[in-house]
Amino acid sequence: MLHIKCPYCGLRSQKEFSYGGDANVKRPKLNAEVTDKEWDDFVYMRKSPKGHHLELWHHTSGCRQWIKVKRDTITHEIYQTAKIEEQIS
Amino acid sequence: MTNPYRLENVGFINRDKKISFKFNGKEYFGFKGDTLASALLSNGIHLVGRSFKYHRPRGFFGAGVDEPNAKVQIELNGYSEPNVNATEIELVEGISATSQNCWPSVNFDIGAINNLLNRFFPAGFYYKTFMWPKSFWYKIYEPFIRKAAGLGVASIEKDNERYEHKYEYCDLLVTGSGPAGLASAFSAAKSGARVILVEDKPMFGGSLLTDDVTIDNLSGKEWANKIISELESMPNVITRKRSQVFGYYDHNMVAMFERTGDHLNNKSKYTPRQRLWYIRAKEVILSTGSIERPIVFGNNDTPGIFLSSGAKEYLKLYGVLVGKKPLIFTNNDSAYETAIEFKKNGISPIILDTRENHESDLINESKNLGIEIKFNYAVIAAHGYKKVNSATIGKLNNSKTGFENKEKINCDCICVSGFWTPSVHLASQSGNKLKYDKDLDAFIPNVSKQNEVSVGAANGTFNLKETIKNGFQKGSSLSQKVTGKEVNLPVPQTNEKKHGKHDKFWCVPLPKGNNYKRFVDFQNDVAVSDIELALREGYRSIEHVKRYTTLGMATDQGKTSNLNGLQLVSNIENKIVPEVGHTTFRPPFTPVTIGAIVGRETGHHYMPTRKSPMHKWHKDNNAVFVDAGVWLRPRYYKVGNETLQDAAKREAENVRKNVGVCDVTTLGKIDIKGPDSAEFLNRVYTNAWLKLPVGKARYGLMLREDGMLLDDGTTTRISENHYHMTTTTAQAANVLTHLEYYLQVVWPELKVNVVSSTEQWAGAAIAGPKSRDLLSKLLPTEDVTNDGFAFMHYKEVDFFGVKARLFRISFSGELAYEINVPSDSGLFLWEKIIEVGKNFNLQPYGTEALSTLRIEMGHVAGPELDGRTIPSDLSLDGMISKKKDFIGKRSLSKKDFIKPERQKIVGIVPVDKKTSIPEGSHLVDDKNFKLPAKKLGHVSSSCWSVEYNNPFSLAIVAGGKTMIGKKLFAVAPLKTSSIEVEVVSSHYVDPKGERVRS
Repeated sequence: MLHIKCPYCGLRSQKEFSYGGDANVKRPKLNAEVTDKEWDDFVYMRKSPKGHHLELWHHTSGCRQWIKVKRDTITHEIYQTAKIEEQIS
Repeated sequence: MTNPYRLENVGFINRDKKISFKFNGKEYFGFKGDTLASALLSNGIHLVGRSFKYHRPRGFFGAGVDEPNAKVQIELNGYSEPNVNATEIELVEGISATSQNCWPSVNFDIGAINNLLNRFFPAGFYYKTFMWPKSFWYKIYEPFIRKAAGLGVASIEKDNERYEHKYEYCDLLVTGSGPAGLASAFSAAKSGARVILVEDKPMFGGSLLTDDVTIDNLSGKEWANKIISELESMPNVITRKRSQVFGYYDHNMVAMFERTGDHLNNKSKYTPRQRLWYIRAKEVILSTGSIERPIVFGNNDTPGIFLSSGAKEYLKLYGVLVGKKPLIFTNNDSAYETAIEFKKNGISPIILDTRENHESDLINESKNLGIEIKFNYAVIAAHGYKKVNSATIGKLNNSKTGFENKEKINCDCICVSGFWTPSVHLASQSGNKLKYDKDLDAFIPNVSKQNEVSVGAANGTFNLKETIKNGFQKGSSLSQKVTGKEVNLPVPQTNEKKHGKHDKFWCVPLPKGNNYKRFVDFQNDVAVSDIELALREGYRSIEHVKRYTTLGMATDQGKTSNLNGLQLVSNIENKIVPEVGHTTFRPPFTPVTIGAIVGRETGHHYMPTRKSPMHKWHKDNNAVFVDAGVWLRPRYYKVGNETLQDAAKREAENVRKNVGVCDVTTLGKIDIKGPDSAEFLNRVYTNAWLKLPVGKARYGLMLREDGMLLDDGTTTRISENHYHMTTTTAQAANVLTHLEYYLQVVWPELKVNVVSSTEQWAGAAIAGPKSRDLLSKLLPTEDVTNDGFAFMHYKEVDFFGVKARLFRISFSGELAYEINVPSDSGLFLWEKIIEVGKNFNLQPYGTEALSTLRIEMGHVAGPELDGRTIPSDLSLDGMISKKKDFIGKRSLSKKDFIKPERQKIVGIVPVDKKTSIPEGSHLVDDKNFKLPAKKLGHVSSSCWSVEYNNPFSLAIVAGGKTMIGKKLFAVAPLKTSSIEVEVVSSHYVDPKGERVRS
């Protein structure tokens, strides 16, 4: 079970979080002209990288904040966590 | 009365406390401190079970977790537990054990015919035999395999024992209390680290309890006791016996199984039987020791054959002799310790050593004691069916591939040692990449992935001096890493006997003309010949060989067999062992009861149960409850002998005719505040929200980005920047997460805050033509006329002194209102409505009537919002704003979402107006359809229409409204029902929606 450092609450068990997918996905702007392909890519297409992955996690049973987690998908090592508005290298 | 195989004055059992127990129905006795195995052996009982495949008689082989044979069914305190290791279970008064996998008895087992037929049961027997004919599978093969499979019998009774979970955190977890563990824990604790030291056995000390060594001039056991009592006095240390660390997971999370109550006779009601620990440790020291491995020889599974370390343990810990005429068969020095213990207690063993004239301290000591040693000798085969009575031994030739001579000698037990295998299971589970050590002929930990380190025998260090030194070093360096404090403790002086080198000999060759079965894996009956066959048939990967032969796949997970299996494969394949590789070590290291895994989360504790503040009233008034998400809701209020259908019909009819009241507390409620709230709602909902005035409510639809409906509900503008959103009961949590996601991640610039207020408000819906009359009595000072308080209006009111929120909204399709009060006043609200409602024939109604009312009105709910429907599928096109963008809008213009043949909502009525249509029925247009048939749609919700007094259902059908008037068939093959139905409008009652506005 992962140990995730919530930037608001500190180190907490994975049990308190829910996974929120790739943090690099950007929602197209409201009212923007979007092709079918661009929209499908946004809604459905996700990379499944081996190694480093920047992810969203929701501290559901904690402070209820969405956070960023940089994790290794092979080793499960967590390199860095950050608030949503913070940049992760 | 004494136990025939019990020594006087030897062992750590309490001879003052006699314990009686039963084995296969017969009464025996042992002592406090015995295991079931030691107690049986003290009574001379060796035959304990039958093997899995051939039903061969099996006895005890080890004395601990490594035991492959001695699995028994335990009955105690009303529970029955299968596959319990007799070598691990402590003897308690009244315990009753029975042998498994034998019928009618362990002494006379019909299944043993398999042993005579063993040439018909080779590796892969099941795969080969049960392949054809295909039609035999369900009726003949599968029942046969099911009957043959498994060892013990799972109980079908409810387990009334108490099991608990515990979470713990520490700087250093030390797994195993042998010399390595004690030294590490002690030095770490002294430097202030928070230490947890655990031991699977009922006594601390590990090998120190049985080895003939001294530390600081104390015996191993004395030193262990001294260290333990000091550790137990320290506030930064937790010690636990009877606790097996069985799983090593990510981020140094370790799972442990503690037997808290199994050894107690009269435990208190709240003492759990077992406890599962989740330990998050900054550092872990794996001091798990090693397991002796056997040498493979003919009939090596006969009862009376032991690991030499097991025999020593029975003798030294329990004062039990596993035999009085022992043969010791070894390729190394440690078996000599067992021989010396026998000799010291007046028993004369014979040692067969595969090595050529070896010299060492232990060999010299044995010689001096007058023990007979035969070098270059091996046991070819054991003899005796239910117990060893003799053995054929022989002198090995120079290449050790055959024998120069053969002779038969009498013996009543054989103690075998093929050197030691470090217990690397936990290290490997943690991700440590093991390496093969040529000198040890075994795998040892190498590159750590997590914060763990192995010390002592677990790391391949088999001498005490090094082990203690490494333990002190690792303990202090790891604790220094955590605490920053440096403490240098003097390393104690040790005294031990030096061991010579072991012989790389692990499998005795078969002399020409002999075909003795030589078992590698006892529990699963995998013999050398099975592995040879698998390789002949082309299996190469060790993982495949394992699965084909079932080597190492039994409950003991191959603790004593894996390495010998690898050696065999590497010999046949002419590869070195590291090229063959090892199979994956997976948790659990030892079996864990389902009870411990489940813990307290059983029955009503499985999930939290949420009850409304009015729950007690419902209960007192014969409510029958239903699980609605995590809530308990009244399904109906039973009057007399009513059935569910009777009650739902009565309650729904009363709403249509008079007035009813329904507890709607469970509805999800979200409080929304902030200057951008209107803009946010406008993006979240499909309809327009910017112009909703204060004091009005609006119905809204929420989509996911893929266009599918997420939820529906009404949201009310309480004040300028304050909204009250309602969600369905089931989706409340998901909707909140959804809103938080958009506010925090997608549009952080919006100044809006959302918080769940579900539990802050209790709610009651009053619905029916008389609801206004009732309301005017409940709120005598308020204007509740249609003009004064129109449909979809909201106001704050005074409800008999309680501040309340009044909404004119309707789910039933009748004239209706909802009143919310702070939760604490919920019961007051409810009772007041019931009291005043008497004059209007008010009746409470439950979820069943609620469903009936909404279904015949064509209002959608969970079964229609099933994650596969878009708004137009449910005739909700009018809710889609063309002027603005919102979540999921772009998806709605996709090709598949606008094609006319999409399945859309309609109503259906059985042509006979009598037969209820099962929910989930499929709709087809041909009565005599043949599978696979084209499915036109499905029935989502069914009810008995109280308005028309006939069944009515909502369905999602290809073509939607264009199908109205057509006849179809609703078929439910599982219920063998086929009902002719007519398609009608989904708005079966009041299609213009006049009642809600009346």
